[in-house]
Order: sequence, then structure tokens, then C-alpha cells
Amino acid sequence: MAIALLKLGEPGTSPPLPYFDHNSTTPMHPDVVDAYATDLRDVFGNPSSTHRVGQRARQSLEAARRKIARALNVTAPEIVFTSGGTEANNLAILGLLRQHLKAGAKPHAVTLAIEHPSVLEPFRRLEQEGLAVRYVKPGESVAGALRDDTVLVSLMHANNETGALQPVGEIAELVKARRAQGQILYLHSDGVQAFGKIPVDLAELGVDLYSLSAHKIFGPKGIGALFVKKDTPLRGIQFGGRHERELRPGTENVPAAVAFGRVAELAIEDLPLTGVESLRYEFEKGLRTRLPDIQVNGAEGARLPNTSNVLFHGVSAEALVIALDMRHMAVSTGAACSSGSVEPSHVLLAMGLTRDEARSSIRVSFGRFTTWMEVEALREAVVECVTKLRRGREARLAG
Amino acid sequence: MPDNVPIAVAMSGGVDSSVVAGLLQRQGHSVVGLTMQLWNQRRLPALVPEGGATGRCCSLDDVYDARFVASLLNIPYYVVNFEDRFEQQVVKPFVEDYLAGRTPIPCTNCNNFIKFDQFFEMADSVGAEKIATGHYARLSFDAATGRYQMRTSVDSGKDQTYFLFGLTQPQLARTLFPLGGMIKPEVRVLAKELGLPVAEKNDSQEICFVPNGDYAAFMDAYFREQGLNPAATHGEIVDTAGKVLGQHAGTHHFTVGQRRGLGVAAAEPLYVIATEPETQRVRVGRGTDLMRDSLIARDVNWLSIAAPSEERTAQVKIRNKHAAAEATLVPTGDETRIAVRFAEPQRAITPGQAAVFYDGDLVLGGGWIE
Repeated sequence: MAIALLKLGEPGTSPPLPYFDHNSTTPMHPDVVDAYATDLRDVFGNPSSTHRVGQRARQSLEAARRKIARALNVTAPEIVFTSGGTEANNLAILGLLRQHLKAGAKPHAVTLAIEHPSVLEPFRRLEQEGLAVRYVKPGESVAGALRDDTVLVSLMHANNETGALQPVGEIAELVKARRAQGQILYLHSDGVQAFGKIPVDLAELGVDLYSLSAHKIFGPKGIGALFVKKDTPLRGIQFGGRHERELRPGTENVPAAVAFGRVAELAIEDLPLTGVESLRYEFEKGLRTRLPDIQVNGAEGARLPNTSNVLFHGVSAEALVIALDMRHMAVSTGAACSSGSVEPSHVLLAMGLTRDEARSSIRVSFGRFTTWMEVEALREAVVECVTKLRRGREARLAG
Repeated sequence: MPDNVPIAVAMSGGVDSSVVAGLLQRQGHSVVGLTMQLWNQRRLPALVPEGGATGRCCSLDDVYDARFVASLLNIPYYVVNFEDRFEQQVVKPFVEDYLAGRTPIPCTNCNNFIKFDQFFEMADSVGAEKIATGHYARLSFDAATGRYQMRTSVDSGKDQTYFLFGLTQPQLARTLFPLGGMIKPEVRVLAKELGLPVAEKNDSQEICFVPNGDYAAFMDAYFREQGLNPAATHGEIVDTAGKVLGQHAGTHHFTVGQRRGLGVAAAEPLYVIATEPETQRVRVGRGTDLMRDSLIARDVNWLSIAAPSEERTAQVKIRNKHAAAEATLVPTGDETRIAVRFAEPQRAITPGQAAVFYDGDLVLGGGWIE
């Protein structure tokens, strides 16, 4: 991917705001903005129309689908556009499982306790409809959770808060083996955080369903996709049109799909992101030198190259995020709720952290365009803010 | 002369704290707005009336208003989540107090442990030395004694010193109450002048997490959420001689001095004199049975003066809306306990409420009624 210097920041102000929250969302790549804008301006047709205006939109849409398919090493008909990652996850889980929830049946499913809420909440909903769900915690065996009546395993490819990679390929082998013995069993993976950060070859990975989102990889918000492997018995969860093979009715968002297609091409360039990984290495090493008591959550296993989740004992993560924002450095505490407040992270709690520890952990997520100078500035700011906040706490306790 | 060290303003979305933010900014200070998310109203859905709740703190509407005011003033603004701590240090003690036969004041605990404690951590995070709130009270520094002193607000109807008696000197040293010298109508005029859209907003009610002041309904709902049986504290209503007059549905439905809702017929008006958690009895009697001329206050905090070593006169408030009564403070030898001897007997001295001591407008200190 050509390195384009992104000028972020509030409109009309400079310098740009150093941004370290790429797992939350990313700025749009300039090339993608161009592709998006061109299509918005020039291609307004409905891809389902017979006339040439519609046909042109159809061509744009299908070209985008081919680009995404190529980036994932699958075929274009296997890509279903959605409004984003959340809808892709809902479609995969509800669309596969509801047909098994016939009267009297109590099918079984396996997922992780550290999944994104857009995976956990559909499962909770299906539990009320008779599904039995096993939520596997970090450290527990996914393979051991599989039963003869398990019909779906949903396993995120990479965790959004710690970047921890999950054993999707390994489980795919087990699923394949069980299927060879006649078990009706499918594998879904939420790949929203993984695609564009690590190489993803879906033909090799062996999943049946894989969720994607454009805005995590320098594309626009409001567009995502679900990979649906040929012959996977998925049913739509919305009704009212034959679009997207009846899996996702509604007139397609063609300009956003075009932008997604463009960004999918860019996302697979320069993988693996060794440069980003070395930035993270230096960041964590620098922090450990200055603040020896920090703990990097999830560092013991394989991680995304861009994500660093750090626990600062005795510091409110909320206060630290605000302190850094006051210095124009954007990081996060993990999950943000609608009012802008935070609950302790269910991911960190599931990993065995206490509520206090979870409330003392921040997530730093770098992007492809993050520079060494920015990371150095962040490290210095973190050290200063943590030291100051700890001193303030000690003063208050003494007072 | 204002410097550019920011002041952290606790913004609730109401008119008072919005004016504080606007006023400090107009005075040339750099201001950062912070809203404390204390309680999730959606937790106890049974309490939300049809058409939604109004006039309560921490609603999404209030956060929306505070955020809007901050955007109008163009100041940095953050919502911070203190729900865990609020439940542990305010809501749970509130419920436990009621179950122990006391009538608690959660606002004081909230001030002591949340608004003037944990909030300072957020102030530190935005680089603020001082915090400012919309409380109606006045602060000054007395060079002679080296103490920060608190006085009642100019608007006696809005005075909130009764809830602020627990603040310590280090807390007061970092606190500003810009509205203490104003009356509410002035604050509303100022809100209009500053162009704040909340000028006409109603005043919030006393206990933010209890809708419509219905403590019993709140506790019933909270018990159920916690898997407890709200009827478990039911028992007998007895008179002063111990004669059983009727049954009640739970001691937490009653507070000392209460007249209504007893469900007992009597020749003369009956009042709750005490709730007795050990026997789960509610004791009732005549109005004259409520009169007492002394109390003991525990966990006393001395605010504007050091702990007195000998008897001194003071005016003492035993409820927020109580007119401070002449009394003598009698030291017990323990600085955190003091006996209060009233010149005239007072009605319904209630365990769990605060006794706050004044010398004119000066807040001497206060403690919890045993």
C-alpha cells in the first residue's frame, strides 16, 4: 500500500491529531475517498434495474464483489454485502441457527466469552428460543466444548480489545473431521479485526462464514460483508427483496461497496505488517522500562501486530484516556456505550482480570500509517500522565 | 487574574452546573466539563413510569444536555462512569441504613466519596487544580486559623450545606462553588445571558436515583433485582406500650415522624416513632412522643473550626428542611462524637439523618445522628 500521509484532526486545525484507536475505526484512505466520491457522483442507478443506468451500477457492484473475493481467495458469489460487521455477525448466527430451532429441538452452539457483543447478543437471543450455548473462556479448550449435537461454532479471528488471535484454522480441521462423519456442523468467524491486519486466505482457513467490515481498514462506515461458503445453508433474517441471493434484501449501497472493493485491494498489500509490529514492540518495551509494573494483557499468546492492551495498576483507564485526549492523543478503554461511558471490559474480565484491573487497562491500536514519532510521543505522554495520576491518587489518600 | 490551568466543572446537564461552566469561562478560565454517570436508570425498569422518567439525574437526556452545553461553550467534555463506586458507596449503604431502621441521606455519601473524591482523579486527568460544582454554598479561606471555611448560600431556600458537612480541608482547598453568592433567579438570568438552552429546566429532585421520591418502591425493586424478598422485613405495628395495632409490609416503608400510610385507625393522629429492625416492629405514638431534646452525633467532621474542647452554643439542623435550632454542643472526649442539647425539644430526631452545626451562616461541622 502506498504510504499516504493522512492529515487527521479537527477541521481547519493543525497539527493533525495522533490517532491510536484503529480497532475502533479508521480514517478513510484518500484513494478510497476518490473511488467512493466518483461512484457517488456518477453511478446512481439501482443494480436491479433493467435499463443501462441500472446495469452500470450492477457492474460497479459486481466489480467490487470480485475485488473483495480476490483479496480473500474465494469466489465472488460467496460475498454478501451487509451494512457492516454487526449485521454480518447477526446474519451468520441467526441465519444459520434459526432453521434448527424447530419445535422440540435443542441444538447446541459454541462461541467465545470474549466475542464482540454483535456475536454474543444474537446467541443470547437464541438461548431464549431454545438454543444451548457454551461460552468458552480464555484458557479453556474450544475443541473440548464441541458436542455431537453442536451445529455452529463461532470463533472470532482476532479479538478487538487485546488483538489475541484465536485458533480458527485448528477448529476448522475438527469441524471438517466431524462433518466427514455426518455431523451437521458449521464454522463462523468474526474477521472484522483480522482482515487487513494479518494475511487472511479463506480457502485455506476452512471457515463457512466470515464477517468483514470496511471502516476498520480505512474504508467507509456503513458497509461490510459476510463470506458465505458455497452450499452453506444460510437463510436471510430480513425479508422483502431478492438482493444478495435473498440473504440481505434491500437496494445495495453501491458507492460504499465500491469503496470497500478498493480498500480490500489496499488492505492485503504489505502484509504482514512487520513495521507496525516493531512500533508496538518498541512502544511496549519503552513503557516497561519507564513503568516496570505495567502488564500487557494478552501478550502471552499470538496477537494482531497493531494492538496493545496495557494495565496500569492504580490508575483509572478512563482518567488516563481523558488525560491523553487533553494532550490530543486518541486511545480508548475498549468498548464505548451510547452515552460515551464505559463498563469494565467483558473481554478482560473473562481473561481473569479483576474489575479494578479491567478499569485500569487501556487499548492502543496503531494503524498502517502510524509513525515512529507519533508512537514516541504517545509513550512519553502515557508515562507522564500515569505518573501524574498516581501522584494525585497518593496525595488524595494521604490527605 | 485567571491563568490557563483548567478548572474541572461537574456538569449534570442542569441549569446550575451549566451556569458554573459558562460563568467560569466568561471570567477567563479554561474550563473542562465532566459528567458523572452514577446510576443506570434502565436497571430497574419497574420504576420507570409510562412515558419515561423525568427530572432524574444520569438520564441519557441529561447527558445530552450537558454535552450540548459543553459544545455551545466549546469546551472539552467527557462522560465518566462511576456506577460501580456509586452503587458500593451510596446505594448499598442507603439500603442497608433503611434496613437497620435508619433514614439515610445518600447525597452526603455521594458528596464525600464520589463528587469530592473520585471526581478529583478526573480533575487530575484533565490537568485541573480546582473543581467547580453548582452547589449552593460559600467557601473562603481563614488566614487566622489556616482553615477553609464554609458558609450557607445567599439563597437560603437553595442552601446545600446540610449535604456538604463531610468535606475535608484538602477537598475544600481544591473546590469552587461559584453559585454560593447568588440566588436562583439570578442564576436563571445568567443562564439566559450566557445563551444556555437549559435556563428553563426544572430543578432536580433531592435523591437522584429514587424516582419521584418513592424510597419504598425503589428498595422493593432493588431487592428483587438482587434476588431478595422485599416483604422479608414485614412485621407488627405497635404503640408505645407494645400493644399490637396492626401489620406492616416492611420496615423500609417507614421513617420516623411519618404519619400517612400506617393503615391503623386511631382516635388521634399517630406517627412513626421508631422502626426496630431486630423485631421488625414499627413503633407508633402521638405527636408529643416524637419530641426529644438531645442527640448524639457520630463520625463528626469539623469543617470551619477545629474540634471544640469545651461546650459551645450553635444552631443545629437535623433535617435538610429543618430550621436550625438553638443548642449546646457538648464534647464527649472523642472528637468524632458530640452530644447536642437543644434549648427546646425537637420533633422527630431521626437516626441516620445528619446533625449539622452552624454559627450564624458559618458551617461548623456535622455528624450522623445515632
